[in-house]
Amino acid sequence: MSVFEPAVELVRGLWVTFKMMFEKPVTYQYPEEKREVRKRFRGRHELHRYENGLEKCIGCALCAAACPADAIFVEAAENTDEKRFSPGERYASTYEINMLRCIYCGYCEDACPTEALTLGDNYELSFYDRNSAIYTKEMLLDPAPVTSKLTPQKVEPGAFNRSVPEMENPKD
Amino acid sequence: MTLDLALFLVLACIAVASALGMLLSRNTVYAALYLVLNFITVAIFYLLLGAPFIAMAQITVYTGAIMVLFLFVIMLLGAENLPAPNALPWQKPLAIALAAALFAEAAYLLIVKARSLGDVLPPAEAINATENLRQLGVALFQNYLLPFEIVSILLLVAMIGAITLTKKEKGARNG
Amino acid sequence: MITDWTLWLEWFIKALVIIFALLIGFAYLTYYERRALARMQTRIGPNRAGPYGLLQPIADAIKLIFKEELSPAKAYKFVFFLSPILTLLPSIVIGAVIPWGATVHWFGRDINLYLADINVAVLFFAAIASVSVYGIVLAGWSSNSKYAMLGAMRSTAQMISYEVALGISLTPVILLANSMSMREIVEAQRSMWFVVYQPLGALIFWIATLAEVNRAPFDMPEAEQELTAGYHAEYSGMKFALFFMAEYQKMIIVSAILAVFFFGGYLGPGEAQYPILGPVYMFAKIMILLFVMIWVRATWPRIRYDRLMSFGWKILLPASLATVFLTAVGILMFDVAKNALWMWFIPVSSMLVFAICVIGVYQALRRLTYERV
Repeated sequence: MSVFEPAVELVRGLWVTFKMMFEKPVTYQYPEEKREVRKRFRGRHELHRYENGLEKCIGCALCAAACPADAIFVEAAENTDEKRFSPGERYASTYEINMLRCIYCGYCEDACPTEALTLGDNYELSFYDRNSAIYTKEMLLDPAPVTSKLTPQKVEPGAFNRSVPEMENPKD
Repeated sequence: MTLDLALFLVLACIAVASALGMLLSRNTVYAALYLVLNFITVAIFYLLLGAPFIAMAQITVYTGAIMVLFLFVIMLLGAENLPAPNALPWQKPLAIALAAALFAEAAYLLIVKARSLGDVLPPAEAINATENLRQLGVALFQNYLLPFEIVSILLLVAMIGAITLTKKEKGARNG
Repeated sequence: MITDWTLWLEWFIKALVIIFALLIGFAYLTYYERRALARMQTRIGPNRAGPYGLLQPIADAIKLIFKEELSPAKAYKFVFFLSPILTLLPSIVIGAVIPWGATVHWFGRDINLYLADINVAVLFFAAIASVSVYGIVLAGWSSNSKYAMLGAMRSTAQMISYEVALGISLTPVILLANSMSMREIVEAQRSMWFVVYQPLGALIFWIATLAEVNRAPFDMPEAEQELTAGYHAEYSGMKFALFFMAEYQKMIIVSAILAVFFFGGYLGPGEAQYPILGPVYMFAKIMILLFVMIWVRATWPRIRYDRLMSFGWKILLPASLATVFLTAVGILMFDVAKNALWMWFIPVSSMLVFAICVIGVYQALRRLTYERV
């Protein structure tokens, strides 16, 4: 250990910062250049549909029950074959998530029996007032697939009596 | 010459006012600030007399170092606000009498003993020129070397004394 | 008395130019610092407002001007109002004595590229620099807040301590130039920059000025993590901006002074033929010295307060005294022996003394650590 070690270390520190000036900056120019999110990133919620356009959500409110932050509000209503929103007896007539309360824990996703609710990739959740922090069903629901109609649909009776679909275990 | 005189009068008023402010202020920080102002006016007096070196030395040493230390101590002790004056009963008349006596004595000596004001010469140009710095240095370090060194030793002794007084004994327990 | 009105006009214009250059320089120094720091941290820095983010300082200024001015309920209002001004003024005033260039011949008259060439310019710098403590002390005191007070205390103690080394490290320059006028100091460096003759003096001056302007690694008075910005903790809006301005202008000014004293000021190749190149060289030197300041800030951690004090008093002060002594001896030997080789005695011996100083302190610190174990 030399007596000049402190001085040498000071100069070495300077060299490190100087070297860094010539490295490529790690900055993303955000609004123009968006960073890809990770595979399991938990962003804004999405409500999904079946391929025939019916909503997966059956209004069971298990997500609301699972939510530790009490951010989800669900109100269910009865389906009829004249006006069918989802398979089974009931659908969510109101579905609201308060994004100021949500902590993006993903418990709602786990609680959902029909895989209707997932946390998506969208992280651009900014708003000017508290009211616009409440995301309604229209904002969360996926657009209908091009091959089918939107809800409510008129369907033949007895075709969609089972509310929970056949599912496989998740793969990743 | 008239400009100099006008400048002098304005500065003199500021100097007297700031000195009075220092004396009369009940807040020690304000008093210190008045003193700073006073020192700066004195520095400008030196400039008027054509002695920039002394003016700069005045600002550096007095306003820059000594008064900052004063302020520092005032703040460290938290002694900004003086308590109401708590004078002894006979202090005021005695002070007035003594001041009057001093003033009378000084006036008497000035009038009787001192030369008339016309004899007081302003410092000559040559004394204050830049070259004069050299003369000052020669005077201090050659003609008056011994007194200069003695003064420095005196100051050193005072400094060491202060350090010794505040220093704890070796091995003494804390507070 | 000067009656020539064109001369008054010339002075007025020069003063305006210097003040505006300092104000704009301050604004763009913040931009420069942010960009350079960002690059050292592999970021980009401000690049949104205007091309390359060049309008960022203006945006900041507008924001600060329109920000609400707060003052604590128990503040000493007058001093609270006065201290930002007191902090800012000295840094502008020093700008008056800095020679930005030699004399140019424009509009049929000789124009000196400096405002004032007073014969005690070095002392003027020391005097004004020592006055600049007041703004900080009074800001801390008048805020009537603990953090501000602590910051002001630290700042005062630090500035007084380092001012001593700063003042003494100016002496070798005066000895080498045989003058106190900044202009003559620069002209004396035509053959050789003083940094070559007195590297230790330059180093001490630089360290002391870092402490004077409260820059990293001596930014204890403003330590954000512990003092929440120190003496200007209670200031907002334009008053805060004035403190900020003062700090950055002081950076520019001390870099300019360092350039003048040790790095040949406005001198450079071709300057003698085209004096207008003088300010360009000056600008380049200031930019480089500022870059070093920013670089240091990006690199070195803040020094502990007791270490800071003991560094100032136990290393810098004796070392600066040694530089004075050795410079005087070198010049005396040169005068006596008429041999230019004696001038090289100054750098060699002063570096040697500094090495001994560093070794001594290192040994002392090592002994202390062993004792504690």
